[in-house]
Amino acid sequence: MRKRSAGLWVAAAAGYAFLYVPLFIVIVYSFNNSRLNAEWVGFTLDWYDKLFHNQDMLAAAGNSLLIALTASAVSTVLGTMAGVALYRYKARLLQILVLAPIAIPEILMGVSLLIFFVMLNFTLGLISVALAHITFCIGFVAIVVRARLTGMDETLTEAARDCGASPWNAFRYITLPLIMPGVIAGALMAFTLSIDDFVITFFTAGAGTVTLPLQIYSMIKIAVTPEVNAVSSLLMLLTLALIIIASKVSPSLLRSD
Amino acid sequence: MKPKSISAATRPRVGKWLVTGPPLAYLLLFFAIPSLIMVLASFRTPGEFGGLAPLFEEGRLDLNLDSYVRFFSESIYAQIFAKSVWYALATTLFCLALAYPLAALIAKSGRRYRDLLLLLVILPFWSNFLIRVYAWMIILGPNAALARTVNGVLAWFGHEPVPLLFSSFAVLVCLVYVHLPFMVLPLYANLEKHDQALLDAAQDLGANAWQRFWRITFPLSLPGVYAGAALVFIPALGIFAIPDILGGPEDSLIGNVIKQQFLETRDWPFGSVLSIVLTIAALFLAVLAAWVARGNLGTPSSVKAARA
Repeated sequence: MRKRSAGLWVAAAAGYAFLYVPLFIVIVYSFNNSRLNAEWVGFTLDWYDKLFHNQDMLAAAGNSLLIALTASAVSTVLGTMAGVALYRYKARLLQILVLAPIAIPEILMGVSLLIFFVMLNFTLGLISVALAHITFCIGFVAIVVRARLTGMDETLTEAARDCGASPWNAFRYITLPLIMPGVIAGALMAFTLSIDDFVITFFTAGAGTVTLPLQIYSMIKIAVTPEVNAVSSLLMLLTLALIIIASKVSPSLLRSD
Repeated sequence: MKPKSISAATRPRVGKWLVTGPPLAYLLLFFAIPSLIMVLASFRTPGEFGGLAPLFEEGRLDLNLDSYVRFFSESIYAQIFAKSVWYALATTLFCLALAYPLAALIAKSGRRYRDLLLLLVILPFWSNFLIRVYAWMIILGPNAALARTVNGVLAWFGHEPVPLLFSSFAVLVCLVYVHLPFMVLPLYANLEKHDQALLDAAQDLGANAWQRFWRITFPLSLPGVYAGAALVFIPALGIFAIPDILGGPEDSLIGNVIKQQFLETRDWPFGSVLSIVLTIAALFLAVLAAWVARGNLGTPSSVKAARA
């Protein structure tokens, strides 16, 4: 029994190493005083300094932030509604539409939205990207909110209704405060998914609009540079912080799959 | 906002549509309709300067099967599709081999560490996708320690140096890396529910660790394996950025061809055909995985099968 556990520990440790060593290398080399990402030369903050003077990068970060704030705000409202609807009613069509964008390969949503926007003569740019991001974020928010509802006592809402509260007041003063951790976690997830998205943004952004992932993509297509390591490390720090906060707010986030 | 005067019978229905309506409308507009437009586009004629030719040509509807005929008559596309299936399959198997010990360890560990260990598996998934691809550009780069070591050993055997980056190897490693969490989560969810008494009983009856794993744990975990396989295989099948960044010219997969049709060649009808074939393959696999998991296993009959 003991021996088997030791073997399991070694195999699992190798698994964790496989997951973390690559990310660790990206972060370490962002402080490396060498243009080549090949061996450690010495500590420097030059790459971060360069980053904050790179106008393209700052503009891309601004776009990403704007899109992520919009997409997470709208998708939190719509996703919360969808989560409540899925929990309370037999909404089969909604269920399919909520889960399908998550389940299919991302490229399919990217290209179908590209055709859609171009056919409508809708100019590709910040707005088309935000509309696309909302589409896939709704599902993630809905799943988290529904998971939260499953863990709560619906009789409280019924009691409020029996005491004469309107459906809106029962929701506003009873249901919403109870599911709030799920809603906040969903909003943070949506923000993270939006700011990180590459594939769907790649197809819906058009020629003139650049987000942070698109900027990273065009940089790494040309060359490996420590400036990419620096922006990657900052982005990782941001998204990981948001997800850790989200999972603290709503521990069910870990079990929602 | 307050539907006060509505009778009790209609009230739930109004409530239902107030809650269901907005997200449903949004997803119909930005998911269902674009998908249908893509299906329609697959029957249309490519425009002279890319995109689509007008739907009505001289007063008559211009719909045809030309792009489908092209897909089935030019064998290169079937080959690329087969290659994509092969890469996705290999990714799934490697993910399974790596994920099993991780999931088993998390399921076995005490309540205190379980959430932390699980979070550690999920966190890399939440870091930016491109960053995770980029990390492998660094690790497999020609000047990095790994390539120098590998080529040093090869040179010792009198072999020509091999590039690690821009190769099928790089594509496969990164595919496994990116999709690993999707395999761990459903496997863990399954393994967590296993009854330790079954393993104890098998041990009492003289089964060794190997037999206990292959005849009890593994058969019982198959629903988790199928769920994980679907979650890895389907996105891996449609990937384009990993071959695009880490692969050589021969590593072009179906996702790369779709991207090329939409953004470079600008043959939208043909790009739509490829996308529809990909969708059908993905849906087929998702349904298959659900059917296999539900039909065969996860019931006491599997316990019987494991004992037989």
